[in-house]
Amino acid sequence: MTTEIIIQAIVTGLMMGLIYALIAAGLSLIFGLMEIVNFAHGEHLMLSMFSSFWLWSLFGLDPLFSIPITILLLAFCGIITHYFLIRYILKAKMLIQICATFGLSIFIRSIAQLLWTPDFRNVDKPLLEGRIEIGSVFIGQPQLYASLVCLLAFFGLYWFVTKTETGLALQATAQDRHAAEILGIPSNKMFAIGWAIGLGCVGVAGGMMANYFFIFTDVGINFALFAFVAVALGGFGSIIGCLYAGIIIGLVESLGGLLIDPSFKLLYVFAIYLLVVIYKPQGLFGRY
Amino acid sequence: MDSKLAIAKSEPIWNTNVRVISIIAGLIILLFALPLFGMNSFYLHLFIMIFMHAVMAQSWNVIAGFSGQISLGHGAFFGIGAYATSFFYMEYGVTPWISIFFGMLVSAIFAVLIGIPMLRLSGHYFAIATLLIGISFQVVFQRWDLVGAASGLWVTMTPEDSWSALQFHSSKAPYYYVFLIFFLITFFLVWLLSRSKLGYRLRAVRDDPQAALSLCINVSNYKIIAYVISAIIMAPMGSLFAQYILIIDPDRVFNIEISIIVLLITVLGGIGNVWGPIIGAAILVPISEYSRIYLGGTGGAVDLIFYGLILMIICIFKPNGLISFVPKDILERKKQR
Repeated sequence: MTTEIIIQAIVTGLMMGLIYALIAAGLSLIFGLMEIVNFAHGEHLMLSMFSSFWLWSLFGLDPLFSIPITILLLAFCGIITHYFLIRYILKAKMLIQICATFGLSIFIRSIAQLLWTPDFRNVDKPLLEGRIEIGSVFIGQPQLYASLVCLLAFFGLYWFVTKTETGLALQATAQDRHAAEILGIPSNKMFAIGWAIGLGCVGVAGGMMANYFFIFTDVGINFALFAFVAVALGGFGSIIGCLYAGIIIGLVESLGGLLIDPSFKLLYVFAIYLLVVIYKPQGLFGRY
Repeated sequence: MDSKLAIAKSEPIWNTNVRVISIIAGLIILLFALPLFGMNSFYLHLFIMIFMHAVMAQSWNVIAGFSGQISLGHGAFFGIGAYATSFFYMEYGVTPWISIFFGMLVSAIFAVLIGIPMLRLSGHYFAIATLLIGISFQVVFQRWDLVGAASGLWVTMTPEDSWSALQFHSSKAPYYYVFLIFFLITFFLVWLLSRSKLGYRLRAVRDDPQAALSLCINVSNYKIIAYVISAIIMAPMGSLFAQYILIIDPDRVFNIEISIIVLLITVLGGIGNVWGPIIGAAILVPISEYSRIYLGGTGGAVDLIFYGLILMIICIFKPNGLISFVPKDILERKKQR
């Protein structure tokens, strides 16, 4: 156990953490807006990775260039989700809301299994390949660029929500739906925008990960779990909290895997979740 | 005041509608008589699965329907029950009739351990935590050598049918009766629970925790009680299932599909209602078994597509479940005044 290995683990964890942060930010945005947890978030991530994969394998488009298409597809998917499912359950009990999005996740995952079989796939020879060596620390190029793009997208999202007019309208709707409607902000439209943006974030993360990650129908489960934990850790509805929480989770995952046993990664993250939720139930940056 | 109390006390606690009582009694007798008509083993299996899933869904109903806490990892208790019973039976030769209680005990202990930190929270936090718990148990059992790690436990087979080892190789009828009796006992006890003081307090906790607190109901304690009861109901089904299929592995008994299907059955039938899980199980289990027969070769999980679709449709159009089609006067006892 040398310092280099630990630094290596920290770098890997950081890069993973930034991706978790962006996925969680989408989840958190949707939750902040309408207090619905999207339990199908992992499946949406899976869809975005498959979109990248199919664009590559059918049209020969490199995942790097197909990202705008993936984002648009996922945003469209978000609007459809809102239109056909979410808008009916806005006023329902929390239990029904959880069951509905949980049902959506089962539905998407099993349809994908039927259409594409549970095989593992990967994109062969993408543009981003190889690794950089700094001292004795290796950094995979695709991982590095994926995390940088995710960080960029994260700050783009943050800028959008805090600075633009639409973003402020989103915040107003999140704070008080009825008051916002009186001021002429149509809440239904805002919800649709929220879903489109939330899933667009997932599109960025999935599109970049398609460069180096295996693509299969159950790929979303672990990412979604970590995203749920990141949202709870950062505080439900807080977007900037997701950044810190995502990085913490990435570091815990990779350092725990290095120092103890990699097969129990999920348990370390779970332990962190328990600790935070018990001692600070509103999360690190929570509003509630 | 006293006279009203006297009237309330004089009310019978059960449904006095003669039609309803005779229908229920007739159904029970019919269920006991069914195997005598020479059902083939597929139909016996179908009924066994319906009973098992009805009880599992009832277990979820206690925590989610009565006390309002959504557990997305309830399969964990199923797996604990299965492992505890099979482990004690194989290692120490304890008859399953006794080791079922070990399974219940271990489940209850885990429910307390999980419940004390987690049930102080509510809503989404609990749902996410239980989702993690369900998967953590699978991960741990896949790597725990004492219980066979990923290859699981192969329950030692007895050479012939034996009531003490709860193994029947020649016919499924004894299993049918065992599951039927567990099913009837569970539903009777949960029915009692639903109209006991505890049941009303749990519903108060679900509907308005703050109001319940102001009436000196210790909200988190009652949530833990509901969680423990729910775990105790779930565990024997795992134990019996292990004795029924005689081989258990982490991918089967800790499968997230178990957590999904109990939720689905309850929501479909009617959440928070004692009779909801029966309706849900009687509809969903045949769909699942038949789709496995006719569509099983396609490789995809076709039944899961239906599950997801049904779940969404129910949530949109009938959040109270199919039980809301049943007329009120059949479900509730008549008011005396």
